[in-house]
Amino acid sequence: MGIVKTEDLVYEYIRRDEEGNVEGITRAVDEVNLDIRQGEFIAILGHNGSGKSTLAKHINAILNPTEGTVWVDGMDTGEADKVWEIRQTAGMVFQNPDNQIIGQVVEEDVGFGPENMGIPTKEIWERVEESLKAVGMYEYRRHSPNKLSGGQKQRVSIAGVLAMHPKCIVLDEPTAMLDPSGRREVIRAARALNDVEEVTIILITHYMEEIIYANRVFVMDNGKIAMEGTPREIFSQVEKLKELRLNVPQVTLLAYELKKRGIGLPDGILTTEELAEALERIRP
Amino acid sequence: MSIILDHVNYVYGDGSALEVKALDDICLQIPDGQFVGIIGHTGSGKSTLVQHMNGLLRASSGHIYFNGEDIYDKDYDLKKLRGKVGLVFQYPEHQLFEIDVFTDVCFGPKNLGLDKKETELRAFDALRKVGLPVELYYQSPFELSGGQKRRVAIAGVLAMKPEVLILDEPTAGLDPKGRDEILGQIKELQQETGLTILLVSHSMEDVAEYVDRIIVMNRGSVLFDGLPKEVFSRYKELEAVGLAAPQVTYILHELKARGMDVDVNATTIGEAAESIQKALKSV
Repeated sequence: MGIVKTEDLVYEYIRRDEEGNVEGITRAVDEVNLDIRQGEFIAILGHNGSGKSTLAKHINAILNPTEGTVWVDGMDTGEADKVWEIRQTAGMVFQNPDNQIIGQVVEEDVGFGPENMGIPTKEIWERVEESLKAVGMYEYRRHSPNKLSGGQKQRVSIAGVLAMHPKCIVLDEPTAMLDPSGRREVIRAARALNDVEEVTIILITHYMEEIIYANRVFVMDNGKIAMEGTPREIFSQVEKLKELRLNVPQVTLLAYELKKRGIGLPDGILTTEELAEALERIRP
Repeated sequence: MSIILDHVNYVYGDGSALEVKALDDICLQIPDGQFVGIIGHTGSGKSTLVQHMNGLLRASSGHIYFNGEDIYDKDYDLKKLRGKVGLVFQYPEHQLFEIDVFTDVCFGPKNLGLDKKETELRAFDALRKVGLPVELYYQSPFELSGGQKRRVAIAGVLAMKPEVLILDEPTAGLDPKGRDEILGQIKELQQETGLTILLVSHSMEDVAEYVDRIIVMNRGSVLFDGLPKEVFSRYKELEAVGLAAPQVTYILHELKARGMDVDVNATTIGEAAESIQKALKSV
């Protein structure tokens, strides 16, 4: 069994009107089966309302399945006495960094998680140091989080999760509110954690460029997994992605446009180098 | 007519150890009907700048003229200005509160003191302009999707019949289709009605695709101000201030470096494809 596994996962919620009468039931996640291996970099795409955040919230037991089962590192998330252990195994980073930072000083904020776990003081400091170094924020350890940029705050949030030594980190649109350099910093930090520390990363995003290095991509629609594959397999299907309200990276789209104009390029070009090389091959 | 900012400064924490100059000697002119993009890293002063344009923040020094009148004159009606210069904040869906979409959009014009008939006509017109399906007009705004909610919020501002529409990151958190839909509709609106649009954005690709002019903010000052292709040709300097050029610009520079005769000033997919096709044919 992988680090995260779901079996026939269903999540339904009840819609109520102003008076509290039941209006209907919405199925936000519909029979999802996933098996994510330790150390994988997974991306989840899907339009607004496709169910990706609801799915993500099952991975650290913020939500419990209506039907089916979710296991995190072999633990069933439905078992109430496992909740804390599950949340230490699978940490979560949300969209807005301002809602996640509580400390007055960066290092204090990062130490909050391990302190709550009852880790001895000396080890807390060690964990704070290594976590801040891993996301490239060690030199800001004595700063006030208020004075940091969005990208820096988001990296501090990641360090805060990392200090709990999770095996898996779920990032739910961590770059939606950031400027281009902030987005780059956060994605670079996530990739480094995956490469160096072998932390399993599950990244939810609306920015297609961010996931070209993922091992596997899942595309959600209507609560179901609509597509699954490597970034190249997924991004080769431009029309299908557009139907699902998504897009492809700009370089892929450019290659697709050129192909439509009769230039013989392969499908699923993901990087500038690939496009340049493909064009060089066909230049007369 | 137009908006003119004349040596505008904005300082907060004045006189204390935490004094910050959020706007530093800004001189700008925004003519009627232009689609202007404002970019800058987090904290560069973009939002502070646009909040001056409808009088929400008051400059520490300098003058702002709207349609030839100084908005800081003591008889100037700031409430009227806010009807003329509509501001849509970040995550505007958090400001929806009425029981149904239509009532929510009526809120603005009703507060302008318009009668019921005019208010409702304006609300219908605004909802039609943002392309919201009619069957959603009498639903609770909270049951809509993210993109739909955002369109309702924009309609609420449009119903005030502004001459200038300022949008502060209107597409943050939306899926790609939602981004295209909203920006496409805004572009159409600008072309049909001659509305002036100011778009604050973190997406260089979106800005490149839709705007006529880009203003780059950095540390409270205007760093660059020009056509998209002029601004994005300075991509190295943009990177130094936390920004970037659209991905296509980098692709074209790479192709050029490898000896292909492409136009490195293209900033959209369409322009880039055109240029590459031409370069392939000319060999």
